[in-house]
Amino acid sequence: MPASIRLALMLLPAVVVLGGLFLGGLVLAIIRTVGIVPFAGRFDPTLEPWTRALQEPDLLLSILVTLWVAAASTLIATALGVGAALLLHRAGGGRLVTLLVQFNLTVPHVVTAVGMAWLLGQSGVLARLAHGAGAIDRPGDFPALVNDPWFVADIVAYVAKEVPFVAVVALAMLAAVGSAPAITARCLGATPLQAFRHVTWPLIRPGILAAATVVFAFVLGTYEVPAVLGPSHPKALPVLAYQMFTSNDIADRPAAIVVSLLMAAVGVVCLVAVRRLMRGISGLEVVR
Amino acid sequence: MTAFGAALPRRAGALVRRAAARPQGFAARSALALLLVLLVAPFLPVVVWSVTRAWFYPAIVPQTLDLSAWTSVFSATSGVPAALGRSVLIALSATGLAMLFGVPAGRALALHRFPGRRLVEVLVLAPLVVPPLAVAMGLHAVFLKIGLAGTVPGVVLAHIIPTLPYVILVSASVFSAFDTGLEDQARSLGATPSQVLRHVTVPLLAPGLAVAALFAFLVSWSQYGLTLLVGSGRVPTMPLILMQFVTAGRQDVAGAIAVLTVLPGVLALVLSARILAAAAARERTTS
Repeated sequence: MPASIRLALMLLPAVVVLGGLFLGGLVLAIIRTVGIVPFAGRFDPTLEPWTRALQEPDLLLSILVTLWVAAASTLIATALGVGAALLLHRAGGGRLVTLLVQFNLTVPHVVTAVGMAWLLGQSGVLARLAHGAGAIDRPGDFPALVNDPWFVADIVAYVAKEVPFVAVVALAMLAAVGSAPAITARCLGATPLQAFRHVTWPLIRPGILAAATVVFAFVLGTYEVPAVLGPSHPKALPVLAYQMFTSNDIADRPAAIVVSLLMAAVGVVCLVAVRRLMRGISGLEVVR
Repeated sequence: MTAFGAALPRRAGALVRRAAARPQGFAARSALALLLVLLVAPFLPVVVWSVTRAWFYPAIVPQTLDLSAWTSVFSATSGVPAALGRSVLIALSATGLAMLFGVPAGRALALHRFPGRRLVEVLVLAPLVVPPLAVAMGLHAVFLKIGLAGTVPGVVLAHIIPTLPYVILVSASVFSAFDTGLEDQARSLGATPSQVLRHVTVPLLAPGLAVAALFAFLVSWSQYGLTLLVGSGRVPTMPLILMQFVTAGRQDVAGAIAVLTVLPGVLALVLSARILAAAAARERTTS
């Protein structure tokens, strides 16, 4: 068999499946928002779903809170993840830390979200500890962290889930860079902070930023965490989109797709960013 | 979501372990202890709720212990055993299909240059970064039309979208460390293509590919939004049934379901550690 045909046979199944399911789904979603549903034989071009979605009273607020949650979770998780990786890389914390970091990566988000609700809720474990310490009397005295307008528990849940992810990427980047550049800088008189800021950080930055972008895009599109921990007003975008999609008014469906396309658009921008950042990361370049 | 984490599990795991063996200062130790608290804290109430029905504010420890959540979790009427079987079936099927389509693509991406390579890479990365909700909503109408919406096969198909990129990325990293010269040597010594596959390629790549499969399984196992949308709420997997019991106010049963939902991850960790350790040991004895 000629090499080119063999190569095509190796690639074709994955390309057809991803192209059909992912790209196909995306294209169908887009054309449905302008009134075209090929598999139902419907073709009446309209912009009604777009005006309907954009007239959704809470849309702007939903976009803003979703961006807030994604930005806050990404910043905190990235800072903590890089910090944890530096500590583990230099100092270490025993097999227990290793195991917990890896274990946390495998836990479904919905489990972490439910656990957070029981931990941070007004009658949750923290509130009980506060009561035991005499700080509060009734559950209502405990600050509202779950279903609150600032999405505090929502952000904490994402941080708990994504810190291990960022840490694992950062550890891999630190290992690829090695300690030689930092040691050289130290020998030339740099303080540890200077060595990190001017030598190590620029070297690991692309990988860290790529990981952060993946976290950002993921938080943007995840339904179950804000469904458990977010307030009913304003809703996170995925929750708003899902509720519009399943509303009794069937005309809301295309409008729901418009809302989820807004998220997908941000995701596409993130994709371009990740591609840019991943270029030149030796560990992720697959061609030899 | 854990694209790079998945692509680098072997290396990073070893690194974390090596780094973890060294002593450290007080500040670093307390910072790591805080991190541990953050990682573990959400599971404490989950585990406690699974063994009590009476744990009300302001009690810090439950008033009474009660294992009835576990009996109801394992009784057919709760729907949990069915959900467990459904989740396993869906995750196994999605993993099998993703491996079937993804491993050859991973090999092609790792070992060959070809025109349009850029586009293939973008197509592989896209499902990891573009939120799946819009895609699922687009597929929904087609799936309704052909009778896949609200069915297990429909959910399996949808789960291929997030699992396939993982398999391709992980197997690409496995293949990029693979010496194809060994295949050529076997061929020149008279092995047939299928013999090469059976006696050279598969044994050498099995550990890495097994880890890819474990990750794919976990990715499918954790899906929520896709299952909810494509399944039209009629395909309750473990994550979905967990939420049902939380909404119904049955914290005890929900706690038990949450513990069961976490178990495959623990098993996968143990398994992948074993597989990689065995592979490392074999490498030491043969080289």
